Amino acid sequence: MTDIVIAGIGQTEVGEHWELSLRELAYRAIKAATIDGGGLKPQALFVGNMLALNLSNQAHLGALLADYAGLPGIEAVSVEAAGASGAAALRQGYLAIASGMVDVALVVGVEKFTDKVGPDVEAAVATAADSDYEAMQGLTATAQAAIIMRRYMYEYSVPANGFAGFAITAHANGAGNPYAMFRKAIKPEAYARAEMVSEPVNMFDAAPNADGAAALLLTRRDLLPKSYPHPLVRIAGLGAATDTLALHDRHDPLWFQSAQLSTERALKKAGIQLDQLNFFEYHDVFSIYAALALEAAGFAERGQGWSLAANGAISLKGRIPCATLGGLKARGFPGGASGVYQAVEAALQLRGSAGANQIVGARYGLIQSLGGPASTAVSAILEKVD
Amino acid sequence: MTTPNPQNSSTLLRPNKPVGIVGYGAYVPRYRLPAREVARIWTGGKGGLPIKEKAVPGLDEDVITMSIEAARNAMARAQIDPVELRAVWVGSESHPYAVKPTSTLVAEAIGAVPNTQAADWEFACKAGTEALVAAMGLVGSGMAHYAMAVGMDTAQGKPGDALEYTAGAGGAAYIVGPAEESLAIINASYSYVTDTPDFWRREYQKYPEHGMRFTGEPAYFKHITEAATALMQAAGTSPADYKWCVLHQPNTKFPQRVAAQLGFSPEQIAPGLLVPVIGNTYAGAAMIGLTGVLDIAQPGDRILMVSFGSGAGSDAFDILVTDKLPERRGRATTTQAYIARRTEIDYATYVRFRGKLQMK
Amino acid sequence: MEIARHWRLKQQRYGLVGEVCPHCDYKIFPPRDVCPNCGDEAKTQYAFSGKGEVFSFTTIYEAPTGYDANAPYTVAIVKLDEGPMVTAQLTDLGDQPIEIGMPVEMVTRKMRNDGDERGIIVYGYKFRPFGFVPQR
Repeated sequence: MTDIVIAGIGQTEVGEHWELSLRELAYRAIKAATIDGGGLKPQALFVGNMLALNLSNQAHLGALLADYAGLPGIEAVSVEAAGASGAAALRQGYLAIASGMVDVALVVGVEKFTDKVGPDVEAAVATAADSDYEAMQGLTATAQAAIIMRRYMYEYSVPANGFAGFAITAHANGAGNPYAMFRKAIKPEAYARAEMVSEPVNMFDAAPNADGAAALLLTRRDLLPKSYPHPLVRIAGLGAATDTLALHDRHDPLWFQSAQLSTERALKKAGIQLDQLNFFEYHDVFSIYAALALEAAGFAERGQGWSLAANGAISLKGRIPCATLGGLKARGFPGGASGVYQAVEAALQLRGSAGANQIVGARYGLIQSLGGPASTAVSAILEKVD
Repeated sequence: MTTPNPQNSSTLLRPNKPVGIVGYGAYVPRYRLPAREVARIWTGGKGGLPIKEKAVPGLDEDVITMSIEAARNAMARAQIDPVELRAVWVGSESHPYAVKPTSTLVAEAIGAVPNTQAADWEFACKAGTEALVAAMGLVGSGMAHYAMAVGMDTAQGKPGDALEYTAGAGGAAYIVGPAEESLAIINASYSYVTDTPDFWRREYQKYPEHGMRFTGEPAYFKHITEAATALMQAAGTSPADYKWCVLHQPNTKFPQRVAAQLGFSPEQIAPGLLVPVIGNTYAGAAMIGLTGVLDIAQPGDRILMVSFGSGAGSDAFDILVTDKLPERRGRATTTQAYIARRTEIDYATYVRFRGKLQMK
Repeated sequence: MEIARHWRLKQQRYGLVGEVCPHCDYKIFPPRDVCPNCGDEAKTQYAFSGKGEVFSFTTIYEAPTGYDANAPYTVAIVKLDEGPMVTAQLTDLGDQPIEIGMPVEMVTRKMRNDGDERGIIVYGYKFRPFGFVPQR
């Protein structure tokens, strides 16, 4: 089969876009990706979104965005898998092209958090958990991460501030990303002093909910125009997996089984080994999820994921650079758009366009997007094609 | 006029078939508001205090949740199958709903549905003992083998009012069954009621009104005294025949004074006098007082319990402890254990817990 | 208003009624149609004792709509004595510190209003420290 390539990428700055609506955000990313892709026309649109129904009272995003983006008549549908919605939409776009039914697919991840504020946002995010048995107890996404993190610290005797490296690395990298919400490095003291959100998750252990949209134009390599202007990035492997929706239903809540399965599946498809990866865009919506993702992928032993952050292995010059453009933590967490942002960022790295944050000689990048506490995981391996 | 049948003219309420208590359970919420906190806010700390402290329910508690816990304790002591209950009756003046029964939810929670009577009772502070008398009738008539009566309240007191010092939270559940299965036999009861407007709460009003000193002599003292005296007269007993006496307890002084007037000693009322440490639990007051006695009573002990409800009336009970009590009481949390489980709160926390903060 | 939904779940909410798998005897809560242990169909009701221990916990200060009036509150994953784990609020804590491994027992409490104060009151399970009850 021919290679499926990421022909165009686009993103908006992540932040509080009070003046922009969901459709306007999405259009900005679509427009940027379309221009970047050199004029390829999509036949299908896959929208990754998590919360429009709750936060914008808007369903039917496929038709809305196809229409608003000036793509009348094309096939369009939205894909929802909580925080992994964007990556799941990428997966659908990939499958559409791989099936031969679609030549050019547009994937857009969009999230508009700021049309509601405070408790309504917490309630909306909590809809990704088990409504009858988790959200009913007043559980929030942050509390769920805190429950995992506390148990993890207890079982593996993680010192206080043991997770500091995740936020410090992310913020250092965010400084080099013009699209990031936070572009300022933080000091270890700032982490140590940070206010608790839900013990032991502090302000720097949780990524900020924010507005944003990112888009990808996918096609087959043989359909690219001769004048295609960028170094080529292909999707070498993609894997998706699920785990129990409710955290309490897992035999082992400290193990992200879906992250492991999706990584394995993506590696197998790409036909490469873990140690061939040059960087990892993980889903660091909470520091503990980054640690568990490192363990699930096989970069660290169980209970040791946090130490990769503590010893610098995840920094740009480390063994496995992570969150290379700030991750969810510093770039911001635009909900269901996150996975598409990760793909855009990985493509920038592989094109050699990551500026000050460039991983020199990067060939393979792993992106992984999680829905809830890895109830869904979608992993993709992007490759720079010579 | 025909001559009254002597049997019919007896003023005692006594079933044909002997009945008793097969299980009992108390509940007191964890939080305590010291009376001096109320005084600090409203009188600058001046004046005598009617009790030491009162029990305050947590943010997630109400008469339904509290009744469920007391009912579970009663079930644990009775060790009967909940499907054998033919009545689940809850007396309170703080039912969470204006319309929708407390009792169906309690019955559902303890597994007593669907083959049961369920109803909410209201008679100010004697709603619970009313239900208890009715349960005696239901079981004593043979209509039911077991019936549950609960008296529970989260009493309301207007901020700054005398009642705010004492309006507490708590109560108890009783399972009435055949005398031969009982940990205490209820020999008889007697009810004395008149129309006496000492205390009331109109529809849609948040807090009750009361007649201040009028709540004393013509109301509390009159009805308790008449009920206790009539019961003892009919039963041919005197205070000396009772090891323990439990009285409705709106504050510490009233039950002490009426006990003395009736001829009961401070020792006889001590284990059932809980108001100083939990406050006036209204429909739960006499009922939970009795649990304090049952937690320590011995087989053969005789107990007099007299409730009082404003409006007004008293139910008096003549109770005899059997040899089944010592083993059964250990199956659930004692009333004193609930009282000892105690977290003191200040007036501000109390205001929040009791929904007295204007939120909109 | 979600009255049918709350009504449907009352046995789980009030009594921790789950299931025991008729094929492998695995205890299941919340109930589900397929046994997570053996994969066979499960539907035999089983009432849990309500005793368990704290697996992990945290405190929520920024609560979702419907829960904000009770914040801050503590949520835990409780490992039930019979095996399964359940997410639940801890209550009646007073000033008592919480620890992983702490024994707890189920109580029935108010969870929230269905909608606003005009809606039904939703009751359900929470857990509280176990231990003030005299041991036999």
